[in-house]
Amino acid sequence: MLHIPTTEAQACAVVASIVEARVPLAIRGGGTRSGLGRPDNAVSTISSTGLTGITLYEPSEMVIGARAGTPLKLIEETLANRGQMLPFEPMDHRALFGTEGEPTIGTIAAGNISGPRRINAGAARDSLIGIKLINGRGELVKSGGRVMKNVTGLDLVKLVSGSFGTLGFLTEVTFRVLPRPERVVTLIWEDLADEAAVALLSGALGSPFEPMAAAHLPAGIGAEQARTLLRLENFSASISYRAAELARLLKGYGRPELIEGRASDALWREVRDAAFFAGTQEAVWRLSLAPGNGPKATAAIARTVPDARWFYDWGGGLVWLAVPADGDAGAAAIRAALKPLGGHATLVRAPDAVRAAVPVFEPLSEPLMRVTAGIKKSFDPEGVFEPGRMYAGV
Amino acid sequence: MSAIAFPAPDAGILARRDSILAGLSRLVAPDALITSEDERRPYETDALTAYRRMPLAVVLPSTTQEVAAVLRYCSEQGVPVVPRGAGTSLAGGAIPQEDAVVIGVSKMNRILEIDYANRVTKVQAGVTNLAVSGAVSADGFFYAPDPSSQLACSIGGNIGMNSGGAHCLKYGVTTNNVLGVTLVMLDGSIVEIGGSHLDSPGYDLLGLINGSEGQLGIVTEATVRILRQAEGARPVLFGFPTSVEAGAAVAAIIGAGIIPVAMEFMDKPAIEICEAFAKAGYPMDCGALLIIEVEGSDAEMDAQLARIVAIAREHGVGTVKESKSAMETAAIWKGRKSAFGATGRIADYICMDGTIPTGQLPFVLERMDEIIKGYGLRVANVFHAGDGNLHPLILYNCNDPVEAQKAEDAGNDILKLCVEVGGCLTGEHGVGIEKRDLMTVQFNEADLHQQQRVRAVFDPRWLMNPAKVFPLEGRIAA
Repeated sequence: MLHIPTTEAQACAVVASIVEARVPLAIRGGGTRSGLGRPDNAVSTISSTGLTGITLYEPSEMVIGARAGTPLKLIEETLANRGQMLPFEPMDHRALFGTEGEPTIGTIAAGNISGPRRINAGAARDSLIGIKLINGRGELVKSGGRVMKNVTGLDLVKLVSGSFGTLGFLTEVTFRVLPRPERVVTLIWEDLADEAAVALLSGALGSPFEPMAAAHLPAGIGAEQARTLLRLENFSASISYRAAELARLLKGYGRPELIEGRASDALWREVRDAAFFAGTQEAVWRLSLAPGNGPKATAAIARTVPDARWFYDWGGGLVWLAVPADGDAGAAAIRAALKPLGGHATLVRAPDAVRAAVPVFEPLSEPLMRVTAGIKKSFDPEGVFEPGRMYAGV
Repeated sequence: MSAIAFPAPDAGILARRDSILAGLSRLVAPDALITSEDERRPYETDALTAYRRMPLAVVLPSTTQEVAAVLRYCSEQGVPVVPRGAGTSLAGGAIPQEDAVVIGVSKMNRILEIDYANRVTKVQAGVTNLAVSGAVSADGFFYAPDPSSQLACSIGGNIGMNSGGAHCLKYGVTTNNVLGVTLVMLDGSIVEIGGSHLDSPGYDLLGLINGSEGQLGIVTEATVRILRQAEGARPVLFGFPTSVEAGAAVAAIIGAGIIPVAMEFMDKPAIEICEAFAKAGYPMDCGALLIIEVEGSDAEMDAQLARIVAIAREHGVGTVKESKSAMETAAIWKGRKSAFGATGRIADYICMDGTIPTGQLPFVLERMDEIIKGYGLRVANVFHAGDGNLHPLILYNCNDPVEAQKAEDAGNDILKLCVEVGGCLTGEHGVGIEKRDLMTVQFNEADLHQQQRVRAVFDPRWLMNPAKVFPLEGRIAA
């Protein structure tokens, strides 16, 4: 059964009736990322698409608020009209999942969906400053607000961001925003091996020239030669200066090519969306680790998982990895490789049967699993919201 | 002042004090347990000195394992625990109670690891905020959150309160800069959350721990981001006729797409107090002062300042004064960061910490003035203009109980005003005891109960810093 409430009051009533009936409830926005997490066994679905509209936009205060079902596209266009943007460059999963539809702002909050800018400007959770959600008691709960400096009470905003709907149904979200840069350029170095490329990125990120994004595409990912990318965003005069300084600082790696405009935007969209793995049958993993450990992890994985392909974002700290989808989709080998290095692995794309059998999110230690189950229960005592989406039994 | 209530001490615990001390003495080194009245006295309050309570005992562990043993023991014995960093909380977050054991992390003050390639450092919770930057500054790096108390306050306390500072407009607050913690839970279990990587798996417990005010456990180690210093930084003083023009200039700068690394506001009383203390060269002929700091190469700073100055001129700026040397820069920031201390030289004060939407600034300043005058008091205003985080310092005489009560009432009225215009009770100091009883102004029962249910996952019996954050009335049962 599909519920599409158009007011918060209706949504509260829907949730209350679902809780009363103890029916597993799926939460949908635009439906473009339904493949994230473990497959659900939901009987009913509540959609946010009836709750739309920007509720607050104050450019001089750098804040925007909207009902959860508001299309992301509308948010981004509204911000662009006033020379602003979301700070964290949210990934679009449509290419990777082969889905259609319009992503919603609520899902960006619920999934903590970020992109290449995360390395410098923080994740979605860092810009999310206020939420309203309906918990598993049918109560409308608010946390945070519309100001960016706010430490009043426990920060439930962060807890809900990245909970993938398991803690409640978001009805409204508020983000801080930033000015769009005057000019954006990308510096590209070619033919570097992974270790050298990550060392280059580390040198740049440890410089005063503030790269806003730093990625490495090994040979065969989108082009024949390997490409190492740094993106600068700033006022025009600063860009010329900083690009020259970075090229000089990193001259040991060769001379970079500079691109900007559509070519630069398109390249970073591919990085952001892991579009190099679109349309294949491979399983796709997302590894977060200390940037310097990125190449060590991929080298270890390549030894045990045949046909693995990968690229790096976040200066080496985010590895997108594509592997054959059979068996456990490399889960045991990948997590074993991470064990001595730290960090964690998430299975982003795989057939339902694989995602049902393999822990999609990194398994937690026993005390943390207890806390996780406790938090779930504190929001959702009957366990109706997206049961099992993140961890079995939660 | 005595308006804020503490829970009545548990007579059973007070009666068992000797046996509890004996139990604690078996868990930690002899010099880590403080029991005599004289030695406990420094721990009876924090920077909210109007309130004080003598704790049952103070424990200063040296290791995570000792913290775990003490927490487990207190949990088993049903004894309340008050975690303490450096005791600089302006909200009374570290004030103990008579039946509680203070667990202080001040002896855990080692920097464990500096990793420039991955731009992180791992420190123990008792390391001071400034020491983190100090350890990496020679190599050109820094730790971004910079609360005014950074010389004394600890990273553990910063995490507890999710501390901010003058430069968080660009670099964020504590929660945006902490990547991992070692957390000791009430039952003594030791958990690692996060690490040197971004975005830990599962629910964002790191985000929950930051700003949890010692209610969920005790952080003993933290991995924090360090950033490369800009090539240069230059604060500039802008003197405006009144705060209305200054506020409008701030909005226009942000509207022009410029995010300076800091934008600090001072009104006339604050300028006079700080200038008398720091001799920073603040212009004295203006009604409101903005300190705006820009970063980058000299040419970049010149270009950015030219834009900012042009905007300031459109808004009637009188004086524009650039720092010409590192010494001048230091003096400018010394004046601002010692605003609280300098104010303390001329009067007792209470420091508010509400945040407002910046568009409400002129209205709030006007209303605040009326509130203060209505109580017959004086106020000095310093605040972080870019993000609307206000720090009105309400001046009073603490030896005059009537005036003290008026100051507290005026402060409460101001915080209610902040919430009314869409802001919040506290931007970076925390709720502690100070704002505890105002929580119902900002949150309804469902909001507060949801927070308390999350709290109960970690501490169902209200043993961890129990007098703080949530009004004593209307708490959900254990």
